[in-house]
Amino acid sequence: MNDMTPTSAERAVKLEGMGCKRKRVEDIRFVQGKGNYVDDLKLPGMLYGDFNRSPHAHARIKKIDTKKAAAVPGVVAVITAETLKTVNLAWMPTLAGDVQMVLADGKVLFQNQEVAFVIAEDRYIAADAADLVEVEYEALPVNVDPLKAMAPNAPMIREDLKDKTDGSHGKRKHYNHIFSWQAGDKAATDAAFDKADVKIKEMIVYPRVHPCPLETCQCVASFDKIKGELTLWGTFQAPHVIRTVGSLISKIPEHKIHVIAPDIGGGFGNKVGAYPGYICAIVASIVTGVPVKWVEDRIENLSTTAFARDFYMDMEIAATKDGKVTAMRCYTIADHGAFDACANATKWPAGLFSIISGSYDFPAAHVLVDGVYTNKAPGGVAYRCSFRVTEAAYCIERAMDIMAQKLGMDPAEFRIKNLIRREQFPYTSAFGWQYDSGDYQTAMNKAMESVNYKKLRDEQKAKREAFKRGETRELMGIGVAFFTEIVGAGPSRACDILGIAMFDSAEIRIHPTGSGICRLGTKSQGQGHETTYAQIIATELGIAADNIMVEEGNTDTAPYGLGTYGSRSTPVSGAATAMACRKIKAKAQMIAAYMLEVHDDDLEWDVDRFRVKGNPERFKTMTELAWAAYHEVPPGMEPGLEAINYYDPPNFTFPFGAYICVLDVDVDTGTVKVRRFYALDDCGTRINPMIIEGQIHGGLTEAFGIAMGQEIHYDEDGNVTTASFMDYFLPTAVETPHWETDWTTTPSPHHPIGAKGVGESPNVGGVPCFSNAVNDAFAFLGSTHIQMPHDNWRTWTAAEKLGLHG
Amino acid sequence: MAKSHVAMKVNGKTIEALVEPRTLLIHFLRDQQNITGPHIGCETSHCGACTVDLDGKSVKSCTVFAVQANGADIRTIEGVANADGTLHALQEGFREMHGLQCGFCTPGMIVRAYRLLQENANPTEEEIRYGISGNLCRCTGYQNIVKAIQFAAAKINGVPFQEAAE
Repeated sequence: MNDMTPTSAERAVKLEGMGCKRKRVEDIRFVQGKGNYVDDLKLPGMLYGDFNRSPHAHARIKKIDTKKAAAVPGVVAVITAETLKTVNLAWMPTLAGDVQMVLADGKVLFQNQEVAFVIAEDRYIAADAADLVEVEYEALPVNVDPLKAMAPNAPMIREDLKDKTDGSHGKRKHYNHIFSWQAGDKAATDAAFDKADVKIKEMIVYPRVHPCPLETCQCVASFDKIKGELTLWGTFQAPHVIRTVGSLISKIPEHKIHVIAPDIGGGFGNKVGAYPGYICAIVASIVTGVPVKWVEDRIENLSTTAFARDFYMDMEIAATKDGKVTAMRCYTIADHGAFDACANATKWPAGLFSIISGSYDFPAAHVLVDGVYTNKAPGGVAYRCSFRVTEAAYCIERAMDIMAQKLGMDPAEFRIKNLIRREQFPYTSAFGWQYDSGDYQTAMNKAMESVNYKKLRDEQKAKREAFKRGETRELMGIGVAFFTEIVGAGPSRACDILGIAMFDSAEIRIHPTGSGICRLGTKSQGQGHETTYAQIIATELGIAADNIMVEEGNTDTAPYGLGTYGSRSTPVSGAATAMACRKIKAKAQMIAAYMLEVHDDDLEWDVDRFRVKGNPERFKTMTELAWAAYHEVPPGMEPGLEAINYYDPPNFTFPFGAYICVLDVDVDTGTVKVRRFYALDDCGTRINPMIIEGQIHGGLTEAFGIAMGQEIHYDEDGNVTTASFMDYFLPTAVETPHWETDWTTTPSPHHPIGAKGVGESPNVGGVPCFSNAVNDAFAFLGSTHIQMPHDNWRTWTAAEKLGLHG
Repeated sequence: MAKSHVAMKVNGKTIEALVEPRTLLIHFLRDQQNITGPHIGCETSHCGACTVDLDGKSVKSCTVFAVQANGADIRTIEGVANADGTLHALQEGFREMHGLQCGFCTPGMIVRAYRLLQENANPTEEEIRYGISGNLCRCTGYQNIVKAIQFAAAKINGVPFQEAAE
C-alpha cells in the first residue's frame, strides 16, 4: 500500500452508509416537477368517475333515479348498489372483519356516504351528472355521540347486524356495540385502587381528526377483458394488501391483478384502507372495458376516507402519598363510525392501546375498550402513529400531569420518580409487552438540562405572581411529555391482517458490475425509502449507496409485504434488508475464499471487501466478488448474487422520547404563542440523521395541528362541519413553531441493525406535550383538564370558566 | 359546451388551444397540456400545490379559468431550472436543506419561492414564513423549507449561506 490508498474509514465515508446525512435520491425528480403521482397518469380512452353522495347522516333511501344523470352527453354509465349487486359487490369486507357498503344499499349511515358512481368522458361531466342523480330520502334519527350509542333508545345504525349477537371479540352488548376488548389484570388493579393513598380520574377525549395528506386518495383501474387482468394504480400505503383484498372481493385471481403504487403525496394512515372509490373504479373499468380514474376532492377526503382517533378515555391513576404510581385503569368508548373499517391488526380491535401504561413502572393496570357505531364516516386509521398508540400516549401523559398536580409535585419530577429504570430492561409491562430497550432517565435529564428546566419553572413562578398582581394578562405554560411507542408490527404470533402475518420483505440483486437493485414490500409516501434502504445496504455490503436502486410499490416485482404505516418500514423491512444483505455477504465470502485460496474462516470483512486475516493486502472487493459471482463461482455453487428475506420480527420495537414545550397564553384572546419546543428522540440506530430530523419536524407540526386546532366535527344532525381547509386546521409556516431536535441512541437488541423506527414518535409525543403545556398554564388556578383542540375559542373559554375575564 | 380559443406562453413556449370556458387553468395545464408538475391538493385555493407564476405573480391555478390566462406568460415548476438544464438555486436548496419529503407541495412551493425572491431578494425568516403561508406542506414542518429558500437567496446573491444556529 502507498499513502494514496484510502483507509478503511475513508472508504466507509464514500459509501454513504448508515449514519450519513445522505441527500435524497427522490428529490431530483420532485424538485423538477417530475414526480409520478396517480393523477398524473393519463391512459388512452380513460374515463373519470365521480360520486353522488348523501346529504343526510341517516336516512332510508326510497328511490334512486339515474335517468337525468345518464342522459348527460359524455356520461357512459351510472352505477348504484343495484348494479353492484349483480356482481356481488354492493358490500365489501373491511380490514376489521366487518362489512361496509360500497354504494348505499337501502339506507345511508353517514353524511357524504357514496350513493351512486357516475362514469363520464371527463371529470367535469362526471361531476355535473353526479349532481343530477335524484335520490329520495326519508330522514331517520341521527346519533353522532358515541357516549349515547348504547343508550336503550339510540337509533339503530346497522340494521344488517340486528340479529348478530356475537362481535369479533365476544358478545355484543347492544345493537350499536361492535366489540369489547380488555387487557391487564382487573382484580389486581381494582385491589390496588382500593388501598391507594391518592387517586385521580378524568374523562380525556381525543377528538376525531383526519390525517389529511396533501394528495387525496385516488386510483386508476384498467381491466383488460382479453387477458382477464386488472391493473390498478393507486395511492396505496399497502399495495400487496390491496391486491389480496382486491382478489378476494372481485374474485379475479391474484396473479391477474397488478397493483402499482407510484409516488404518493403523503399518507399518514389515510391510504392504508380500501375505499368504495377503488371498488367502483374497478367495476366501472370492467363494465366499460376502458381505464377509469377516480380522484377524491378535499371535502370527500376529509369527510369520508379514514378518520383517526375519536377515543373517549375515562382514565384513573392510583399512587402513594410520596408519588409512586401503583395502578392505572382506563375505560374507553371508541367511536368507529357507521362501519368498522378500522385499520388494526386483526387480533387487536383497539390496536396496541395497551401501551397506555407508557414509560412508567405500573405494578397493576387494566384497560377495557368498547367500540360503537355512530352516524359518522368509517375508518379509524393510525394517523401518523402505530395502531392507537397516540391515543394511549396522550391519555397517560395527560393523566400523569393531573396526578402530579394533585400530589403537588412538579410534573417532570413525578415522571422521573416513576420512569422504568435502565436496569429493568428488557421490561415486561403490566399489560405483558416486553419493552426491548431504553434509557429513560438519561433522555429525561438531557431534555431538562437542554432547556434549563429549573430556570423555566422559576420564570413561570414569577410570571404567575405578576399575573396575580394584575401586571400581565399572559400565562406561561410548560409542557412535559415522556412517551414510549410500540411500533414495527409485527411479530406474526401477535399480528396479522385478515390472516396474513405482518412480516415484511426485501429482495436484493447485485449485478455483475457491482451495483444492484433492492425491492421491498413497503411503500414510501415521503419517508425517503429510496435513500435510506440503500444506506443500510451500503454499510452491510460495502456497495456505495449511489449504486443501489430501491424500488417499491409494484406488486408484480416487489416481494410480498404488508406496507408502510405504524413505523414498520425500518423495524421490519429494514431488518429484512439487512438479513438479505447478510445472505449475499455469506455467499460473497465463499467466493472470496475460493478466489484467494484460503478457508472462509481465514477472511475478515473490511468495509467493502474481504481480506485475509493478518495479510490485509490480499483481498477481494465486493465489486470484484460481484463480477466473480457471474463467472467464477466455486465448483458446485449456483451462479449469481442475490437474496430475499421475509422478516418476521421477534418483537415490536419501543422508541421513546422526552419533549418539552414552553408557551404563553393570552387569557383575553385565547391565543397561544409557542415560545420553544424541544424534542429528544431515541429511535435506536440512526440511519440518516437528516431524514430523521425531517420526520421529527413534520410529525411535530402535525402534532401541533392536532393539539391546537384540528377536529372533524359533526353537528347534532350529523352534518360534518369541518370538511374543507376553511374549517379544518392545517398549520401554515406562520403558525408553525421553530423546532429544536435532539437525540440519544439506545439500539434495539433484537433488530439486526438496532433501529426502532422514527416517523411517528413526534406525533405521539408532541400532542400530549402541547396539551400539557396549555393545561399547565392554567393549572395553578385549579384547572385540571381542558379538552383538545386548544384553539383560541376553547382556550378563551377555559379562561372565562376560571373567572379570568372579571 | 362551446369552446374558446386561448393562447398563452407556458415556460417560454407559446400554446394555443380550445377550452371550455369553465376549464380551470390547473386542469388545462395538467389534463390538456400534460404539464403535471403543478398539483391539486384542495381545489379551493387554500393549499397552494397548484401555484404557478402568472405574469409575475404567484397564482393558484385551481382558482383561475384557463380563459382568464389568455395572453398570459406562465411559468410552472417545469420552467424553473436554469437555461442550461442545471437546477435553479431553489431546486438545489430544497434538496440540500431537505426541504421536501413526499414532493407533492414542492412544485407549488418552489414556484412561490421563485416569485418571493424576486419580490424580496434577501428575506428574513419571518418574511419567508409569511411569504409562503399560502402554500401548505404536511410533511416538513416548514423549517427546512425556510432554510432552503435562505440557501437559494444566498446563492443568488452570491454570498455564503450560513445556517442559523439551533
